[in-house]
Amino acid sequence: MKVSYYPGCSLHGTAKEYDQSVKAVSRGLGIDLEEIEDWSCCGASSAHNTNFKLSIALPARDLIAAERKPQDVMVPCAACFNRFKTAEHHLRQDAALKAEIEGIVGAPYRGSVAIRNPIDIIVNDIGLEKLAANVVKKLTGLKPVSYYGCLLLRPPDVCRFDDAENPVLLDKILNALGAEARPWSYKTDCCGGSLTISKTPIVTKMVDKLMAMAREAGANCLVTACPVCTANLDMRASAGGELPVFYFTELAALAMGQEETGEWFKLHRTDPRPLLKGLELL
Amino acid sequence: MKSFLEEVNEKINGVPIQRCYHCRKCTAGCPMSTAMEHNPNRVIRMIQMGRRDEVLASSTIWLCVSCETCITRCPNEVDIARMMDVLRQMAIESGTGAKEKNILRFHEAFLAGIRSGGRINEPMMMVNYKLRSGDLFSDMGMGIDMFLKGKLPLVSPRTKDMASVRRIFEKTRQE
Repeated sequence: MKVSYYPGCSLHGTAKEYDQSVKAVSRGLGIDLEEIEDWSCCGASSAHNTNFKLSIALPARDLIAAERKPQDVMVPCAACFNRFKTAEHHLRQDAALKAEIEGIVGAPYRGSVAIRNPIDIIVNDIGLEKLAANVVKKLTGLKPVSYYGCLLLRPPDVCRFDDAENPVLLDKILNALGAEARPWSYKTDCCGGSLTISKTPIVTKMVDKLMAMAREAGANCLVTACPVCTANLDMRASAGGELPVFYFTELAALAMGQEETGEWFKLHRTDPRPLLKGLELL
Repeated sequence: MKSFLEEVNEKINGVPIQRCYHCRKCTAGCPMSTAMEHNPNRVIRMIQMGRRDEVLASSTIWLCVSCETCITRCPNEVDIARMMDVLRQMAIESGTGAKEKNILRFHEAFLAGIRSGGRINEPMMMVNYKLRSGDLFSDMGMGIDMFLKGKLPLVSPRTKDMASVRRIFEKTRQE
């Protein structure tokens, strides 16, 4: 299948292993990614925190660019995904706002492309059977907890692709890879988001709680689909409390036997290689 | 003259916040409530009582991290996360400013990054934030570690059609 691809800013910087692993997994599963031409930033938290119209106009510019191709758009970053879905929601509901935003961006918005997260595409379009059939190295012994954070699933009537309080699709993906996803109650708790820069102590407290609860659930790592969650979990835990953190696509690529995985694991702050070597997965 | 409550409702443009029956589910689920001076439920009550200056000058509206747990759980579908956006925007527009100055400085540095390149270059944005906040040295070791891992490229691809990005900023500018 062919989809448009919106990497967003983080995937070209701090989350480059997410970008590379999404691309590797997509290649392996026959998903053809076409980057949206000349995209710009979605505005993230900073736009909607300070200027509502800007927070709709910035993603609208990208959605309008994506509409040149009649195909779904894959948005791996949870924050970008949320801003795209929120813009779509407001533009659909409010005709006056839509007209105003079209004037600002300088082109009509048709609402013709579906905004999709790779979790949704892999489970619902590719299918777990096909994913499992591509596994050459089962992730035996890996006990992840899946951590969705906030922006993939909330608010539920905007995001829609999995349950907002107890989502299950990431667990299913991880189990299809041969890992043993551990149940826990913190899948959709907040990591502190962008306050990590301006209010670090608050974020450290939140991340420490997540780490402690993951351990209590019997996990040996955490799995995310968000650059901000990953950055906070990987970098803000107090010394001694850290667990390795993976993008789910890194683990999928590892199970699918793709070569580049070792390069990505070097980039993590909490080195996951001792865990993987101990389980003879690397 | 419009009351504070009417003004907030108009800007939210959705479910009016007087539909809140103060069950406090929003506050029970709020990950930031313990760090806030007024919890989310109390902010709603304060708006209903017209306590405009206190609300706009509070740290609460800046500490809200927009996790959207409140709107997900509110039985009356009061969009508290959107309400916090509205309150922050009102604080800026009214000249009240932000009680949590560094949080607003971060947003300003972030938006300045988009305005100049169409996309965020993370190291440049961080340098800009540090200059604005005066918090020059925190996370230095972490930054160097990430730079050495190639995660903070000083030059990254920019949006080519910058005229269209600048037009968006121009036309959405707030007085």
